[in-house]
Amino acid sequence: MQKTYYDPADLRKFGKISDWNEELGSKFFEYYNSVFKEGSLTEREKSLIALAVAHTIQCPYCIDAYTGDGLQRGITKEEMMEALHVAGAIRGGASLVHGVQMMNKVNKLDL
Amino acid sequence: MLKSLHKRHSELAKSKRQVEILSNGIFQSGDLPKFKDKIAESNQFPLKANKLEILQINVGYMCNQVCAHCHVDAGPDRKEIMTKETMLQCLDVIKKTEAHTLDLTGGAPEMNPNFRWFVEEASKAGIKDFIVRSNLTIIRANKKYHDLPEFFKKHNVHVVSSMPHWTKGKTDKQRGNGVFDKSIQALKDLNAIGYGLPGSDLRLDLVYNPSGAFLPGNQMALEKDFKKALLDDFNIQFHNLFAITNLPISRFLDYLIASENYEDYMYSLVEAFNPEAVKNVMCTNTISVSWDGYLYDCDFNQMLNLPVKSKAKHISEYNSELLEGRSIVISQHCYGCTAGAGSSCQGSVT
Ligand code: SF4
Ligand code: SF4
Repeated sequence: MQKTYYDPADLRKFGKISDWNEELGSKFFEYYNSVFKEGSLTEREKSLIALAVAHTIQCPYCIDAYTGDGLQRGITKEEMMEALHVAGAIRGGASLVHGVQMMNKVNKLDL
Repeated sequence: MLKSLHKRHSELAKSKRQVEILSNGIFQSGDLPKFKDKIAESNQFPLKANKLEILQINVGYMCNQVCAHCHVDAGPDRKEIMTKETMLQCLDVIKKTEAHTLDLTGGAPEMNPNFRWFVEEASKAGIKDFIVRSNLTIIRANKKYHDLPEFFKKHNVHVVSSMPHWTKGKTDKQRGNGVFDKSIQALKDLNAIGYGLPGSDLRLDLVYNPSGAFLPGNQMALEKDFKKALLDDFNIQFHNLFAITNLPISRFLDYLIASENYEDYMYSLVEAFNPEAVKNVMCTNTISVSWDGYLYDCDFNQMLNLPVKSKAKHISEYNSELLEGRSIVISQHCYGCTAGAGSSCQGSVT
């Protein structure tokens, strides 16, 4: 049994999830590939969104994949870091905006 | 300044050692298939040369730069320079060849003392596309090179130049401190006399190599980004961008091993293998001539010292009938030419 939950080499095996359910696996990958094609947003913009989301959901595989993808597209480390701050700001904001609930409750209960 | 592998007396300065590395390890254990077996799956082994279209001549390994990824292991310390005698032998072939493209490379080809004479003579042969691979900084390196743009223009040379990124940081990291600013200045000089402008016959193309252990992205998308950034930031224009994969040889191989990226990089090359790209790999229509006149299937094989499998081994023995149809000498570095959209000296191949 491996000693860690994550092995970087497992990322390469992602496609294998179809082995145990070909129909749903194929549907997923077809959808996935369509999502990342250029549409109203460029592939480059989508790659940066994916990188930010990857950090938000803290998926090591996705972080690995979309850092590499960004480099291939010529995305600079400054652009990547800015995208991460967007993720960080939304995450932090999501906590803080609930402060309004806390304030409402305090205002209601306090004399 | 980084030193060449030769100067560092690195074991990787020896091509034999590089071929050993590429043949052993993950390829010996069967974790990854050898290139030969991979192309056999789509019945493309042995790979055969077709009619010659591109004659690529390496006029010497001396260079004013020492880029981290250089597959030539070029640098100021390299003394391998093509002599006038070998150039004369090349000219004999250039005059009779049916190749549509003549491609001069190096090192910095301009540093060969007979470079200008050779270009003047070769341009008389009237080959359709006459390329000089210029690293740009050479134009600004020394006063004696400042007039190179005019010289190129006079001989209708197609200039192909490296530019790993439109930002200073990424460019200088790969090619050395100060390279970006000098390259920008050289591109402005070329633009000023008409090179690279829309509709201009003076062709100026850029070569993009990834600045690290990753593959190049889509060539068209990168070209779009390069064009926009260079125009917006520096008012520079060029025609096309060639996205070229770094092959795992020489200094790039050294970097991959030292940074512990070698295996992952080979995995990504093999995973991105595209059987369609095999049909158009450049060795199928190219001959590469080394500084001392020997013939190779490509510049990469030249650096690995894997000569052509033909009775005609030297430019003085050039014989199109003997060379056409020859089996190409391959090894695992060839995966670099078949990954994704494929890669050649003219960029993607599919
Ligand atoms: S990559 Fe080109 S410019 Fe850089 S060291 Fe090699 S030959 Fe010189
Ligand atoms: S490395 Fe050379 S021999 Fe191998 S596929 Fe590429 S061009 Fe052909």
